[in-house]
Amino acid sequence: MPTAFTPADVARIAALANLELDADELDIFARQLGEILAYAEQVQQIDTIGVPPTASVVMRHAADRADQTRPSLDRDAALANAPDAALDAGLFKVPRVIG
Amino acid sequence: MDVCRETLTRVEALNPSLNAFNTIAADRALARADAIDRDRDRWRDAPLAGIPVAVKDNICTRDLRTTASSRMLEHFVPPFDATAVARLEAAGAVVIGKTNCDEFAMGSSNETSAFGPVHNPWSLERSPGGTSGGSAAAVAARIAPVARGSDTGGSIRQPASLCGVVGLKPSYGRVSRYGLIAHGSSLDQIGPITTSAYDAAAMLGVLAGADEADSTSAPEAVPDYTAALTGDIRGTRIGVPRALTEQGVDRDVARANAEALALLASRGAALVDIDLPHARFATPVYYLVSTAEASANLARYDGVRYGFRIDAPADLRSMYARTRARGFGREVKRRIMLGTYVLSAGYYDAYYLKAQQVRTLILRDYDRAFERVDLVAMPTSPVPAFRLGERIADPLQMYLIDVFTVSANLTGLPAISIPCGFTGDALPIGLQLTGRRFDEATLLRVADAFERDTTWSTRQPPTSNR
Repeated sequence: MPTAFTPADVARIAALANLELDADELDIFARQLGEILAYAEQVQQIDTIGVPPTASVVMRHAADRADQTRPSLDRDAALANAPDAALDAGLFKVPRVIG
Repeated sequence: MDVCRETLTRVEALNPSLNAFNTIAADRALARADAIDRDRDRWRDAPLAGIPVAVKDNICTRDLRTTASSRMLEHFVPPFDATAVARLEAAGAVVIGKTNCDEFAMGSSNETSAFGPVHNPWSLERSPGGTSGGSAAAVAARIAPVARGSDTGGSIRQPASLCGVVGLKPSYGRVSRYGLIAHGSSLDQIGPITTSAYDAAAMLGVLAGADEADSTSAPEAVPDYTAALTGDIRGTRIGVPRALTEQGVDRDVARANAEALALLASRGAALVDIDLPHARFATPVYYLVSTAEASANLARYDGVRYGFRIDAPADLRSMYARTRARGFGREVKRRIMLGTYVLSAGYYDAYYLKAQQVRTLILRDYDRAFERVDLVAMPTSPVPAFRLGERIADPLQMYLIDVFTVSANLTGLPAISIPCGFTGDALPIGLQLTGRRFDEATLLRVADAFERDTTWSTRQPPTSNR
C-alpha cells in the first residue's frame, strides 16, 4: 500500500475531487495524507475474511411515503441562493460549455 | 418575551469573548417570543413555549443564514427548515441564533471554522471542543438553556465534555436528518446539548420520531423520556472496557471517571468488565469511512446552485475547481482529498471496503457486550480542554482525540456525555455512556440519577457570571 505521496500524486487526486490546490497545499497534503494513511494502515492487520461490510446501520426502514405528486420548492426560492441565475427564464447560469 | 430579551442580553454581553454565535437572530427571536406571548392559549400546552434555543449553524433554518461555518455558505439562506428545527418551533421554542462550529462539522476543536474559533467559557484560551463548540459554549455560559448540535464522530459529546454540560447523540435514525448539512450520512445525527439530563430527555422527546423527509429516520415508538428518570439505577449493568481505556487517558480524566463509576456502583449499578477488542480501531475506521462519505456529500458545492462562486470563471471546469479551492478551508479540503483517495480505483478495497468490514466487527463487539450489560461506560474525551493552537497544526493528533466517541457513530448506538468532575486546573471532565440501539431512556435514567447525587452539572464557568 503506498503511503508516501508526491505532490504529483496529490494533484491527481485533487483533479478527481474538482479541487485546485496551490503548491503549498500539494506539499502539505502529500506529507499529511501519507501520515494519516500510515496510521490507518493498522486496519490491515485485522482478519476480515468472510466479514460483510457495514455501509449503513439502518435496521428497519420507516414506511415510504405515498407516491403522490405534491408541491415542491418554489422555483424563485430555489434560485434565490444561486450565484448567477436567469430569473425570468427560471434557470441557473454557468459559463458557456459548448462552442 | 422577557426570557428572550434576557437571553439576547447575555448573548450580546458574552459573545464577543466566546465567539459562540455566527448569527444572532435578535429581531426574529423577539418577534416570535412576542407572538407566543400574545397567544398564550394556543401555546399553553406546548412543551417548550418561549424557551430560547441555539441551533448549530449546519442545521437549516428557513430565512435565517446557515453557513456551516464555511466561506462556501457564508451568504446561504435556506428556503426550508430542518425537521429538527420545525419540531422545536412547533413545540414553542424560540431560535435565538446560529452557533459556530467546525467548518462543515469537520474538526475536534472548533478551530476549522471560517469565522474563527469558539473560546471555552471555562478558560478562554482553550478550545470548547468540536464540532458543536459554539452550542456547548453557549449552554455552558448559560446563554441558552439548550442548544441543538450534530454529531458525526463525537461532535455533540466531546464539546459537551470539554465545556461541562450534557450532550446526547441519539441512536442513528432517532432524529430526522432532513435539513442537516450532510457530512457523513451514515454517521450524522442531531441531538441536544443541555445543562441537565432532564432537559436532554425533554428535548429528545420533541426531536425524536420518524420523518417521511428522511428515509433513514426510524419508525420505532418514542417513549416519554422524562418519565424514565426515576432515579433508580439498582441492577443496571454497566460495562467497563478496561483494556480500551488503560492507556493514553489524562490522569485527572481517568480518576474522575473511576470515581463516577464507583458512585454509580454505590447506588446499586453493577460494574461488569467487558472487552471491545476492535474498538481501538474505531478511529482509523472512522476517518476512512467519514472522509469517503464527506467527499461524496461535498461534491454538491460547485458554485452553481447556491453558495460561493469565484469571479469571472474562464470555463465550467475551472469554475468548479477554483470555487472549491477558495470556498473550502484546509481541513475540509484535506478530508475531501482523503475520501476521494480511499474511494478511488485500486484503493477502494484496501481502505474503504476494509474499513466497512472492521466497522462490522466493532458492531459485533458491542452486540456481544450488550448481551451482558445495559450500558458501556468510558471517558468521553481522553483529555480535558486543550489550548487553542495546541493541536491544529497536526491533523492526525487532532483525529486521535476522537478515540472514544467515534464508535457510537460507526455503530449507530446512542451515547451521552455527562459532567463527572474537574481537573486540578478547574476544567470539566465528561463521562460517556453508550446504550443499546434506541434505548436512550436507560442512558438518560442513569445520567439523571448521577446528577441527583453530584453537583458537577450545577457548576458554572467564571465567564457566565459577567
